[in-house]
Amino acid sequence: MSPKKEVLVLKDLLGSNKKIAGEIRAHLEEKGILTLNLLSSPGAGKTTLLEKLIEHLHPTYRIGVIEGDIETTRDAERIRAKGVSAWQITTGGACHLEAKMVGNLFSQIPADLDFLFIENVGNLVCPASYDLGEHLRLVLLSSPEGDDKPKKYPKAFTTADALVITKIDLIPHLPFDPQRAAQEARELNPELKIFTVSSVTGEGIQELSSFLIEKLKELRTIHA
Amino acid sequence: MHELSIVANLFDLLEEQAEKVGAKKITLVKIKVGVLSGVVPELLQTAFDIYKKDTLASEAELIIEKVPLRMVCRQCHQETIRDDIILSCAHCGSTQLEKKEGTELILEKVELEIDE
Repeated sequence: MSPKKEVLVLKDLLGSNKKIAGEIRAHLEEKGILTLNLLSSPGAGKTTLLEKLIEHLHPTYRIGVIEGDIETTRDAERIRAKGVSAWQITTGGACHLEAKMVGNLFSQIPADLDFLFIENVGNLVCPASYDLGEHLRLVLLSSPEGDDKPKKYPKAFTTADALVITKIDLIPHLPFDPQRAAQEARELNPELKIFTVSSVTGEGIQELSSFLIEKLKELRTIHA
Repeated sequence: MHELSIVANLFDLLEEQAEKVGAKKITLVKIKVGVLSGVVPELLQTAFDIYKKDTLASEAELIIEKVPLRMVCRQCHQETIRDDIILSCAHCGSTQLEKKEGTELILEKVELEIDE
């Protein structure tokens, strides 16, 4: 019988992704590009929110958008129709984006952007485990999904910097309590910033835009 | 189901370890999975069993240690362990807590067979 050897390894299983994410973040900081990773279940309104944010921020600020989807280039086309650059990543079945997929696009991303938005694959579970090199992680929760979601999908809410409650114009028709959603999310993540928006009426978009502009200024002060 | 993708990373690490010591076979793999790691231990086990076929770990046993969320309060400095993953100190109720354990996803150790 061959002799056995036990080796203590202690290596992070997501270490290779974290390493690439760190390189991406450093590169973006050098260029002064504030990068945001948008997470939510499918249909929570990520693309529509991006369209609204672009209307507020463009052309004062230069914006680029990476669209992650399993199939189709529909979302990138919607973003381009707003007059900003968009790059589509189709994962062909994978349920999340990984840092190397973002890294592969780097040669195409202009160095003079102000904001780079990464719209992750619609999924409230898997994308939460992958750092993409972003500075801020936004998790969206739409009112029709229900106010009990934070504790059902804790990883997305514990790793986010901000929660954006979307489709608030529908609240009068739903048993959705935004206070309860906010409280659940804060129990998991006391530092979480919370915004409530409607991409239909435009309510709350200004506040969210102002927050992003403030974060862009902070990034550029720190990495000046 | 990103567990398969995580298991692919695990096998990269296993091959690296086997090469380092010149082993042809891996007999045991132990990983630590935090309650807030974002992965489901049972799915990780299934993914491992699918992936290991025709690899040097084809007969390896996977041991998964589930790690609860352990936090230390920044106010009263006492320790809290919570299964419900609510970030609140069990002693003083403060939400100023530092996570010490429970978010990790690591390959702790491997047992390999060395050729004579």
